[in-house]
Amino acid sequence: MNRPVLLATALVGVGMAAAAAEPARDAIVAAYSRQAQNENQAFDGFSTARGERLYLGPHTGGNTETPACATCHTFDPRAPGRHVKTGRAIEPMAVSVNPRRFTDAADVEKRFTRDCPNVLGRPCTAEEKGDFITFLINR
Amino acid sequence: MRRWLVALIITAGGAAGAAASGLERVPAIAHPATAKECGECHMAFQPALLPAGSWLRIMDGLADHFGEDASLPADLTASIRAYLAANAGRSGDPKITRITEQSWFAKEHRFRSAVWQRPEIKAKSNCLACHPRAEQGNYDDD
Ligand code: HEC
Ligand code: HEC
Ligand code: HEC
Repeated sequence: MNRPVLLATALVGVGMAAAAAEPARDAIVAAYSRQAQNENQAFDGFSTARGERLYLGPHTGGNTETPACATCHTFDPRAPGRHVKTGRAIEPMAVSVNPRRFTDAADVEKRFTRDCPNVLGRPCTAEEKGDFITFLINR
Repeated sequence: MRRWLVALIITAGGAAGAAASGLERVPAIAHPATAKECGECHMAFQPALLPAGSWLRIMDGLADHFGEDASLPADLTASIRAYLAANAGRSGDPKITRITEQSWFAKEHRFRSAVWQRPEIKAKSNCLACHPRAEQGNYDDD
């Protein structure tokens, strides 16, 4: 990206909820993409549709009270969620309404590590992580 | 809505009265790592709400934290552990890790079980459902 475009994006982006390019988020997605290629030779890019299926579930294998990511993050990712055990409010997951989503690599990885086993009974693959973020960038 | 809820609970439950818990105003959390890492799944509870022994038990068992994996890198765990222990409360049973199972909590919260089962409350530990200023350490709602 060249300078004028970057500047324009910055100006438009301030205060706007556009799912605009965000370098930190792009870097996180790129890292999962490299990892997905290593894990799976046949990997050919992340998919919004697969991300949506992961998000909505229902899945089996994890805790029975959390059959989907949507159980805590709500079925509408633009709406605030709620932790199903504690009642704690959770900010929306959709990047369009919450532009700070997926911008801190350590936080993102920490939550995948905690949340995937609760829902799926196993860790998420790099492909699933990228699908999940891609779905929420497009919502 | 919340005020109304608390009012309802007080009238329905027979006032908890001014039985001094000494905890109606506790210092807010002044340690960013604790506020961030312990405030994700529930409100970050102020250190004064539990004695040091309870905090140490909690911080030594984060991998199985009330059925959740809340583990953190060792340096973060150590810094949060030190903050909570240094600012812990003086009363309470250090063998009990739940605030909601300490005897003062039971005395201040004698509600019918139907109250606890209300969907907007969900868990006894959801202080914010009834104490709107709980995150500032303010449990004095009169
Ligand atoms: C038991 C409740 C619960 C379930 C179920 C759940 N999450 Fe979460 N998730 C949380 C909480 C709490 C946070 C942290 C609060 C926040 O980031 O606003 C979070 C945050 C995240 C984040 C961090 C986002 C960021 O911007 O840092 C990711 C990634 C995530 N969850 C992925 C998932 C995935 C994938 C699933 C389904 C496989 C899932 N979650 C299911 C409770 C849950
Ligand atoms: C991954 C999610 C998660 C994280 C992160 C987390 N907790 Fe918890 N915590 C829970 C759950 C779930 C409960 C049980 C809620 C219930 O049943 O009322 C709980 C309960 C508690 C309780 C007892 C509440 C009561 O009933 O009195 C304390 C105290 C507590 N946590 C402290 C901490 C501290 C300190 C940290 C930070 C080191 C932390 N928690 C981080 C999920 C989490
Ligand atoms: C179902 C609603 C509800 C929940 C949930 C709840 N409380 Fe309370 N609490 C009350 C009511 C009602 C009172 C008594 C009225 C008052 O004195 O404000 C009270 C009183 C107290 C008091 C004594 C205040 C005083 O004036 O002496 C403390 C301290 C307190 N609560 C802390 C907590 C903490 C900490 C949590 C979460 C771990 C919590 N409460 C969860 C409703 C609730």
